[in-house]
Amino acid sequence: MKSILRKLKLNFSSPFWVTAIPFGWLLLFFLIPFLIVLKISFSDLRFGLPPYAPLMEWTSEGLLIIKINLTNYTFIGTDSLYLFAYLDSLTIALLGTIGCLCIGYPMAYGIAKASPSKRTILLMLVILPFWTSFLLRVYAWIGILSPQGYINTLLINLGLISTPLSLIDNTFATVLGIIYCYLPFMILPLYAFLEKIDYALLEAAYDLGARPFQAFIRIIWPLSRPGVIAGSLLVFIPAVGEFVIPELLGGSQTLMIGKVIWNEFFTNRTWPVAAALAVIMLVFLILPIAIFQRYQEQQVRFLDAE
Amino acid sequence: MQNKLSPFLKTVMIFGYAFLYLPILTLIIFSFNSSRQVTVWQGFSTRWYTALLQDETLLKSLLISLQVATSAATLAVILGTLAAISLVRFGRFKGRGFFGILTTAPMIMPEVITGLSLLLLFVGLEQIIGWPHGRGIFTITLAHTTLCMAYVTIVVRGRLVDMDVSLEEAALDLGARPIKVFTAIILPIIFPALLSGWLLAFALSLDDLVIASFVAGPGSSTLPMVIFSSIRFGITPQINALATLIISTVAIGVMIAGWLMHRNK
Repeated sequence: MKSILRKLKLNFSSPFWVTAIPFGWLLLFFLIPFLIVLKISFSDLRFGLPPYAPLMEWTSEGLLIIKINLTNYTFIGTDSLYLFAYLDSLTIALLGTIGCLCIGYPMAYGIAKASPSKRTILLMLVILPFWTSFLLRVYAWIGILSPQGYINTLLINLGLISTPLSLIDNTFATVLGIIYCYLPFMILPLYAFLEKIDYALLEAAYDLGARPFQAFIRIIWPLSRPGVIAGSLLVFIPAVGEFVIPELLGGSQTLMIGKVIWNEFFTNRTWPVAAALAVIMLVFLILPIAIFQRYQEQQVRFLDAE
Repeated sequence: MQNKLSPFLKTVMIFGYAFLYLPILTLIIFSFNSSRQVTVWQGFSTRWYTALLQDETLLKSLLISLQVATSAATLAVILGTLAAISLVRFGRFKGRGFFGILTTAPMIMPEVITGLSLLLLFVGLEQIIGWPHGRGIFTITLAHTTLCMAYVTIVVRGRLVDMDVSLEEAALDLGARPIKVFTAIILPIIFPALLSGWLLAFALSLDDLVIASFVAGPGSSTLPMVIFSSIRFGITPQINALATLIISTVAIGVMIAGWLMHRNK
């Protein structure tokens, strides 16, 4: 603590509270809550409110008993439903990320190459949906994909099909929903890198006889790779825990882990199981989150050096 | 090099923007449909907008959401700005790396985890110290502040990094006190970032369903919670009307902001 104070004084002679207030806030409302989740994932289920038993208890002889209970984890391990939910979440999030990349990369590239005045408008059009309600954008797809929805109505009226296609309540609709909702998160970091590229490099490559594809693979792609990584992680990490999209578009057969945690918590009221499920999901996500953080720091250092 | 988009890029871009906007367009068009059956067009009507204005549960939840979003955005701007100043201007203090991780983590954390963990915190705190008493608007505000300050920190941090430090140094050399440097130099320069950070935080808070559902109490349903419970059972034209209102408000707001920024340049 003292060294923080001294450093602060040296650099800006600023009061300690400038750092202490946001730091304290995040410790209290972000870090400590995780420790509580971890703690409750080890406690016994019990009926009542709150629906979990304390970990530590004082016995009548004044002894402190700490009960670490692994039953929630073994329970999750023995029920294949949970395993499938994790696998489904990772697969769906991965497919969604790939989809975002396939649509987002050419779009970001196109925006970066447009004239400056057009660029502003094109970027604004990408950001605009992000500002409107996420929930209502998912809702829009129900109207499009459902058996009585616009696509099926159109195809039936055209005489192309006689019975509605099942476009909703499946993995396909969930992946589509993820691509739709997270596309801006992919385009923006990609654009930030593609825009910085000096396109004279490309002309030089052409002059030296490179084909367009070759020039792209050897120049544009490597230079935009940090954007690809950042965008992919920005899509993948939240998508793994997504609840709204699988709930509204995935139907009962799509069991993503966010939905399972929600049901354990709100429907079954098994808080310790929900906590254990959340801990396991976090373990899966620690590596991607760490990569994202490292990338973020590099970004800032790069900016600092400029 | 500019303006020479290949046919492939042009096609993808047209397809991409159509993909982003067609679903929104269907929402808007069918909000004016007179039929209760949402997907069959039966003629122009504004009856769903009238129905919307008479829906008291919805209006009450809108008020709650606006109240939460205003306080959460304001708190998030204050906390996020302090965090950004610490990270950019205070050099390498002990724990800076950890602090940096903490400030961005809420942004990418799956909302289910954030919501669950905050609820468990509030329940635990109430058991131990009796505060916060019950859950409702207050706990939703605390939760949203935590989520939104991550975004504000990033926005303000970007602006601070771009800012010329020599101005501050000059002011300090001339004997200005740090508080004076902050109010007279830093604040006016980062003000656009504070404004966009506030708006972003406001929009995020207004939009959040998952975290709010975890930390809300009885009688404190926010707008997304009410929308969610009604669309869970299928589509209703009234929600289309609401979507149209929200989308047009946002579109007008973003256009005004874009125009203002363009003019200032």
